[in-house]
Amino acid sequence: MSNAPRLTALDALHRSLGATMTDFAGWDMPLRYGSERDEHNAVRTKAGLFDLSHMGEITVTGPQAVDLLNYALVGNIGTVGLGRARYTMICREDGGILDDLIVYRLGEDEYMVVANAGNAQIVLDAVTARAQGFDATVRDDRDAYALIAVQGPESPGILKSLTDADLDGLKYYAGLPGTVAGVPALIARTGYTGEDGFELFVEPQHAEKLWQALTEAGAPAGLIPCGLSCRDTLRLEAGMPLYGHELTTALTPFDAGLGRVVKFEKDGDFVGREALTAAAERAESAPPRKLVGLIAEGRRVPRAGMSVVADGTVIGEVTSGAPSPTLGKPIAMAYVDAAHAAPGTPGVGVDIRGTHEPYEVVALPFYKRQK
Amino acid sequence: MSNPQQLRYSKEHEWLSAAEDGVSTVGITEHAANALGDVVYVQLPEVGDTVTAGETCGELESTKSVSDLYSPVSGEVTEANEDVVGDPSLVNSAPFEGGWLFKVRVSEEPKDLLSADEYTEFAG
Repeated sequence: MSNAPRLTALDALHRSLGATMTDFAGWDMPLRYGSERDEHNAVRTKAGLFDLSHMGEITVTGPQAVDLLNYALVGNIGTVGLGRARYTMICREDGGILDDLIVYRLGEDEYMVVANAGNAQIVLDAVTARAQGFDATVRDDRDAYALIAVQGPESPGILKSLTDADLDGLKYYAGLPGTVAGVPALIARTGYTGEDGFELFVEPQHAEKLWQALTEAGAPAGLIPCGLSCRDTLRLEAGMPLYGHELTTALTPFDAGLGRVVKFEKDGDFVGREALTAAAERAESAPPRKLVGLIAEGRRVPRAGMSVVADGTVIGEVTSGAPSPTLGKPIAMAYVDAAHAAPGTPGVGVDIRGTHEPYEVVALPFYKRQK
Repeated sequence: MSNPQQLRYSKEHEWLSAAEDGVSTVGITEHAANALGDVVYVQLPEVGDTVTAGETCGELESTKSVSDLYSPVSGEVTEANEDVVGDPSLVNSAPFEGGWLFKVRVSEEPKDLLSADEYTEFAG
């Protein structure tokens, strides 16, 4: 197998725009085009354009597609309506999180599972293995799609100028097939930024045309291309977990404070049910470390892996940290002992290269958009 | 990007001005500032500190990472740029001007500092 980085259909365009590229899960992706702070603020106040073609699409079809997904994933896929999407997870037999996913129901018996780039092969392998005995087909569609996201308050207006699709009728976490700038696309009202926005799944051959059309239509509204760096600060402000940081195989959904995604009441067995039942009971009787927000009083930035401390004792660990452009202060997500997890708990700090910097414990998210 | 001809450069991407009354100004290059991304925090050496060529004397924190600041020369710090402590984005917007970092009374300077042309080639 080649170790050369994978390139998206928009690679030449990114380079022509002067993007700083970075390796992300084996893909060469734009980190930023100019200032990541400007890109972040554009998404919060106007609009930003992202290439997310590294995400992994897996199509599941057939009479028992829904039964397979109910068995393979922890969510209840049976209640996902046609044209709707659901946030869910795939777990191991021991309850550890393999990945967090969005499942779109594209047809009566057709679903698209979108996995994180770094886990796409793992998810594909797991779903394929779990498909045994089900009348369903699992198809690797990673090369079938480019994914372009338009995020930010101006995104509905920008997209409306390029499509006849009924965007007003398109709810959050829903998707419909349509045409954008003459390009056939699955238009989904999803995102990872805390803003209103859309994700457009298109054939790679059409990606450049769509990107250019969105750039032109969006420029008057302040749309700019945005890289993965600001995507990370946007999702962090919005309190959204990132696989490999807040979510790992060492944690169950209950440990991550996301036990609500596990639907024990659904029909049939599912992978991880037994372990997750135990994890749910543990979470009731002896709460695990809780995921909280931390806001710096000073200016030094907490990073993943740094210790959270109180009275000189380690009480937790930072999972993600960055300077928040919206708050103007460094922020972090961290797992901390329940005794120190309440908002306003005094005396909590982060060990930043040997110095205990004071931090305020807050409830997540840091930022919630005005609807 | 162009690297001012009158400055000299280290391979750790600092620039050093010619000494005036024995005191030189130190900053990081535009190349380094661009590589860091938006700088959000700087920790500079304090006035009176002794810095040593090639050794850490502070840190520069950007959105994505923290980097050590090295001193390109040895000597005693005579001034730290408080403006850049208050507004670290000066490192990005004016790396060779308002974004300078500290001044140092040079006691010894390494022989391998680069000219502007040599640094431009080195930094690619």
